[in-house]
Parts: sequence; C-alpha cells; structure tokens
Amino acid sequence: MREVTITSGRDMHLIDPALTIWGWEIPVYLFLGGLVAGILFFSALYYLRGKADEMPTVVRVTPLLAPVLLGLGLFALFLDLEYKLHVFRFYTNIRLESPMSWGSWTLAVIFPLSVVWALIHIEQVFSGWRWPYRWMAQAVEMARQYARPIAWVLIIYAVILGMYTGILLSAFNARPVWNSAILGPLFLVSGLSTGVALNLLISKSEAEKHLLSRIDIMAIAVELFLIIHLFMGFLASTQIHIEAAGLFLGGPYTAGFWIFVVALGLVIPALLEFLELKGRVLATRIPALLVLAGGLILRFIIVDAGQMSHWTF
Amino acid sequence: MPRYAMVIDTKRCVGCADCVVACKTENNVPDGYCRDWIVEDVRGAFPNLQMEIRSERCNHCENPPCVRCCPTGASYVDTGGIVLVNHDECTGCKACIASCPYDARFVHPEGYVDKCTFCIHRVKEGLEPACVAVCPTKCMHFGDLEDPDSEVSKLLKVRHSHSLIPEAGTSPKVFYLT
Repeated sequence: MREVTITSGRDMHLIDPALTIWGWEIPVYLFLGGLVAGILFFSALYYLRGKADEMPTVVRVTPLLAPVLLGLGLFALFLDLEYKLHVFRFYTNIRLESPMSWGSWTLAVIFPLSVVWALIHIEQVFSGWRWPYRWMAQAVEMARQYARPIAWVLIIYAVILGMYTGILLSAFNARPVWNSAILGPLFLVSGLSTGVALNLLISKSEAEKHLLSRIDIMAIAVELFLIIHLFMGFLASTQIHIEAAGLFLGGPYTAGFWIFVVALGLVIPALLEFLELKGRVLATRIPALLVLAGGLILRFIIVDAGQMSHWTF
Repeated sequence: MPRYAMVIDTKRCVGCADCVVACKTENNVPDGYCRDWIVEDVRGAFPNLQMEIRSERCNHCENPPCVRCCPTGASYVDTGGIVLVNHDECTGCKACIASCPYDARFVHPEGYVDKCTFCIHRVKEGLEPACVAVCPTKCMHFGDLEDPDSEVSKLLKVRHSHSLIPEAGTSPKVFYLT
C-alpha cells in the first residue's frame, strides 16, 4: 500500500485537488484551429490544381468562414490568458524550444493570410459584391496576382497549424496522456477531416460532395489507425503511460471517448459516407455533423484527460 | 558559478510546516496559495508501515521543462541554476504549469505564474532561504553543489538520498536524505 497525503499548505488554485489549468477555451481553440487548417489546406490545394470552378465550395465559399472561425479561436485563446494585457509578449520573442511560441508565430502568419485568401475569393462568391473604395479593389486585385504563391504558403502553414494543435500538448512530458508524438499527426488528420465535413455541410454540388466523402473516409481511416497506435504506444511504454491509457480503457473517459469520438465521430460517419457513395442510403448532412461533433469532443476529452494524468512519486 | 541545491533530512523532519509559514511570510504569498508544502508518504501494510515526511517545493531542475515550454522567455534559469519567473514577461498562458511534473507552479491572483525562488533575494545577501532558516529540527540544508566542502555536498556524500521523479528527466535539485 502507498498513500501520499499533502498535509499542509497546499491549496493551490487550479491545481489542487486536480489540475484544471485549461478549461473550455483551449479545446475550443484546438478544434477551430484544426478546422481552419483543414479548410485552408483543401482550398489552397484544389486552387493550385485548377479546380476552382469544379469545386467552388471547397476553393472559394468555405474559406470565407476561415478568418471568422480562426478569429473566434484566437479570442478563446485570449480569454484563457491570466494576464491579458501581456498578450503582446508572445511577439517580443521567438523561442524555438517552445511549441506555444511556434504556434503564436504561425498564427501571426496564417491569420492575415486567411483574411487575404477570403478577400481574393469574395467577389466570385457574391456576384453583386462591390468594394466601397477604389483602393480596396486595387489592393485585392494586387493580392490576386500573387494567389498561387499565397496558396503554397497556406498549404505549408495549414499543415503546421494542424500539427501544432497536437504538438502543443505532446510537448508536456509531465502529462502522460499528452506525451505522445502521435498527437500531432492525429490532430492534423482530425482537423483535415473536420474541414472536409464543414465543406460537406455547405456544398450543393453532388460531384463535389462525392469527392469530399471519399476524402473524409480516407482521413477517418488514418485517424482510426493513429488512435490504435496511440494506445499501442502507451501500453508498450512505462507504468505511468499504461495508467494514462487506463483512463480510456476502463477509466473515467472510456464511455465518452469510445462512444462519442470513435463510434459516433469516426466509425458511423465513415460507414454512412461509404453507403452513400454506394447509393445504399440517402445522402444527408448527418455524417458531416457527426464528424464535427466528434472532433470537438476529441479535443475536450484529450485536454481534460491530460490534466488528470500525472507522474506518481 | 554556483549550483544551488536543497537537502532535506526526512529522518529529522516532523512535518510541523514552519517552512510553509516562513515562506508565506517572507514572500508575501497570498491566502490560499503556497510555494512549499508538506507531504506524508506512507508505505507498507499494517503493522509494518513506513512514513516519509517531506517538505516539497520547486526542484529548480537542471533540465527545467517549464523554461523549455515558456513561449515568452518569462521563465528562465538565473545564476546558480535557480529557475525564476519574470513577472513582466509572463502572459499567464499556463504552459509551464502543465509542463511541471511536481505541480510546483500556480497562477498568482495578479495574473502571473509564481513559484519558489529558493529565496534568491536572501541568498544574495548571504542568508539562507526562509524555510531553511526557521526549521526547528534543522532538517533543511541549502548550499552549492559545486563546492565539495559545502554542507549539502558533504551530506549527499555520506547519506543515502533520493530526489522526486528523476525518471522525468528533469534532474531535480532538491534531495531527500533517507
């Protein structure tokens, strides 16, 4: 038997009796960051492949939402800061060792680019769109000339943004649930999948929806593969990692994770999309909604479970 | 360059928490927070029980994950290997709290992250940290590991000791004599 009791002096805000340093703000940001990474990645990818007219939703319409969604995510991040006036401090340093520093500089690049990318496409989406001032039209016209290089930069930064949302957590050695290199690729693929799902919700073209469903099935397959590897890695590692996996294999997160994330968020939408492609069931928006909900719940569960897991001494 | 460390004799510690009170007084730690705390670690099965009482705090690690994770450089290693937080650069993002396996850090009500400083303001004046200075059983020792004749070096040479979670790769610098 072993019992460790803190008998005196520890009643630390946010830490005792359990670490609860990050509430709803961080998972919401991680979800929106991944979603925006997915939207921008596919938009830039199909723009470069010259599919702008075949896939108007992916290339032009959904990216209009990207700056709004990313802005909301950034606002959530801002709300999480305990010393909000010092937010500028993220931009007085470049710290290569700190994933959060990478993240803040990535956001400083991709957020303005997402605004420019939306402005480039806004005229084609709303046919009656008129810029109130001539200089605005001129500026957007100038940006449009650089659309291809911007698309390349967007692809690279979308991948960094999507990866970073996972790496941010996996860099914390002190929290075994987070401390897996799989988390970066897992959150990236989940972000791409939620980006596709949002496109599926918006798209009105059958051909576009077919392609999106096929991409989503592939993304979900990769995600399931990564989740299996995440647990294989934990179970083959040290005692604390085995205990971390135990939180999902019989522990408090078992039902939430396997029912809402894996079953309802991955397996069932992939199955529905597959049957839709085969023409066995009517195409609906249900799989897309399930994928989006599953992605959000995945972030909430991982952020929460990480704070439950710790080293024992 | 000194390498400061703390050595605490668990055979002498009675868990009176004088160190906790001294720290709160010396460093003006607000109500409901603390930079050090007492842990009772009981092992075995009745009647063969063993208890270790420890006064715990920031371990001023030689490989501090909090400094590595800090996005603004507010957390840094000062002279003597003491890990400190520059309040003016801290945004309260809490990455360092998540990165600490010892849960030694907390958010001060004024918005920055706070923790044990090894009472560097006292050490610079040639005094011991407040917790060490008040210990009624004289179980706490503070000194320089680089100096082979310092009290801490000598104690670590002749006594068995352990540190907390060295397997986390942090190289902690608070040692417990057993």
